[in-house]
Amino acid sequence: VQFRGIKDLLAGLIFLAIGAAAIHFAREYPFGTAVRMGSGYFPTVLGWILGGFGAVLAARGVWSWVRSRPRKQEATLDFIAKAKPAPALAERMAVGLGWRPLACVTASMLAFGALMPRAGLVPALVVLFFLAALGGREFRWRGVAVLTAVMTAFAVAVFVYLLKLPFPLVPGMYLR
Amino acid sequence: MIENLALGFAVAASVENLLYCLGGVLLGTLIGVLPGITPLVAIGMLFPLTFTLPPIPSLIMLAGIYYGAQYGGSTTAILVNLPGETASAVTCIDGYQMARQGRAGPALAVAALASFFAGCVGTLLIAFAGPPLGEWALKFGPWEYCALMLMGLVASAVIVHGDALKGLAMVALGLLLGIVGTDVNSGMVRFAFGVPDLFDGIGFTVIAVGLFAVAEIVSNLASPASREVLAGGVSRLMPSRTDLDDSAWATARGTAVGAAFGVLPGTGPALASFAAYMLEKKLAADPERFGAGAIEGVAAPEAANNAAAQTGFIPTLTLGIPGSAVMVLMTGAMIMHGLSPGPQVIAEKPELFWGIVASMWIGNLMLVVLNLPLIGLWVSLLRVPYRWLFPAIVMFCAVGVYSVSNNPVDVYLCATLGALGYVLARCECEPAPLLLGYVLGPLLEEHLRRAFLLARGDPTPFFTRPISLAFMLGTALVLAVMIWPALRRKAG
Repeated sequence: VQFRGIKDLLAGLIFLAIGAAAIHFAREYPFGTAVRMGSGYFPTVLGWILGGFGAVLAARGVWSWVRSRPRKQEATLDFIAKAKPAPALAERMAVGLGWRPLACVTASMLAFGALMPRAGLVPALVVLFFLAALGGREFRWRGVAVLTAVMTAFAVAVFVYLLKLPFPLVPGMYLR
Repeated sequence: MIENLALGFAVAASVENLLYCLGGVLLGTLIGVLPGITPLVAIGMLFPLTFTLPPIPSLIMLAGIYYGAQYGGSTTAILVNLPGETASAVTCIDGYQMARQGRAGPALAVAALASFFAGCVGTLLIAFAGPPLGEWALKFGPWEYCALMLMGLVASAVIVHGDALKGLAMVALGLLLGIVGTDVNSGMVRFAFGVPDLFDGIGFTVIAVGLFAVAEIVSNLASPASREVLAGGVSRLMPSRTDLDDSAWATARGTAVGAAFGVLPGTGPALASFAAYMLEKKLAADPERFGAGAIEGVAAPEAANNAAAQTGFIPTLTLGIPGSAVMVLMTGAMIMHGLSPGPQVIAEKPELFWGIVASMWIGNLMLVVLNLPLIGLWVSLLRVPYRWLFPAIVMFCAVGVYSVSNNPVDVYLCATLGALGYVLARCECEPAPLLLGYVLGPLLEEHLRRAFLLARGDPTPFFTRPISLAFMLGTALVLAVMIWPALRRKAG
């Protein structure tokens, strides 16, 4: 069974949630009138528009899913023929979404941000490269180590020497 | 007219600016040719490099990066059958077939020459049409600006491939992201949740790099891609006499189509190259050649692509309303340098306007002169495997975003927006309309406020002022084009 409409549903729910949050938080800002719009006017209207689009999308997703579901008998026959239970929704989503690259790339950037002011450019880049490389299809220690060394040297040369960005290399150590 | 262009060339031809243009073109091609990196990612990545420069060299370098990246993208499309962006997707069809027949050289050369021709025409068009349009735009009231922005936003949502409903939702999300921070009217801080780093709003680089570079990397890693780089390399470069004869008219027609599409806000190069390709196929005596290595199928979309890219500067520089995602990046760069793009730019900063126009032409010339001999180098770059490339791209993104204001919060935001952008992209929501919404958000709110204040809350001026009415009708037309096929499908 293909989960047709799952993309519409997910996108719709995201938009609906963000729209609702916008309306909720904009309640703290004065709404004003159409003649004198307060700071809450534009965000509230946008929140309703975004939430509205989200609701329509989500409804469309559910609708196309319901419609595409095979009738009971066919489903049973299909099930016997394949003799393999369909994986759970969460599992399919995980495969379809590519959690690993998403988690690794996001984590590598978050770690870089956290390490940069405290530990300096070199440690931050080493962590960034290893975490990011974990998100790739294959991970070879030696290859990643060489890449890290070369690119870190490149970064120090270009960003710190050439462009003179004020980054510490390791804690407390600046060039110049 | 002539003296304006002369002023422009005097600015652009200074040794310093020529070097920046050259550097931009080379870097842009270098990054743009790498597989899996679209011109937008290339610009997003290299964007922070131009911050430290004064406005004119910075924008000249950025324009150079843009042309270089776009040309690099076509090279990848022809040699690897991997369209970097939608605009070069059409070039893939016949370009890759030519490459497989051992005619990669002529395909690349024709692509470069067609782009250059279109670039020349586009530059002239900007020079002619820019000032009158700018003067006309000076008469715009808040109603006209609102209506024009509305048309651009709706058009950008409808034109992206996929679902217009999702495009419109992305526009609304972008508008919301755009108003994060201090409200200029009341001084009230909105949607900052007490984080002081958000009081000035979400930085433009943060959004652009997150949505276009970070999300793109994750997409590439998550989708199994098979790449086939041509083993032989490129031997004979020069197109034959017949090739040139065949592609001449296709180039001219492609240029015309592209120039027309370029000035419409929201459409941009992707639609232009597609339309030009379809036109060539319609006009050809033997349409079955298309898809099997027809040189017209390379020349026309490449010309259209570049012409649209060039004329896209017209609404950006004269009206302050960017036509495509790349123009959004250029607008963001101008705002960052304290320039507000709009009709007053031509009048107040002629050296900036004409300098950029002239340097665009110089950038195009550099591409032809430099890239044809350097093609061997670009081909060898194509063989770099993605598992080495992507961590380096992540590094450029992280360092670039951090360097804007040495603030780790920017990097956190960029990573978060990248993750959100990736999830939305997997749900077939294109990021370009969001970026357009983000840039136009504060402008739209400002003009909307003014429009209602001046008319005492009366919305009728939107429909009684002729120019505003025309934009409104345009918006309705775009929406009708979007809804029509869906209705017909339901009826049939």
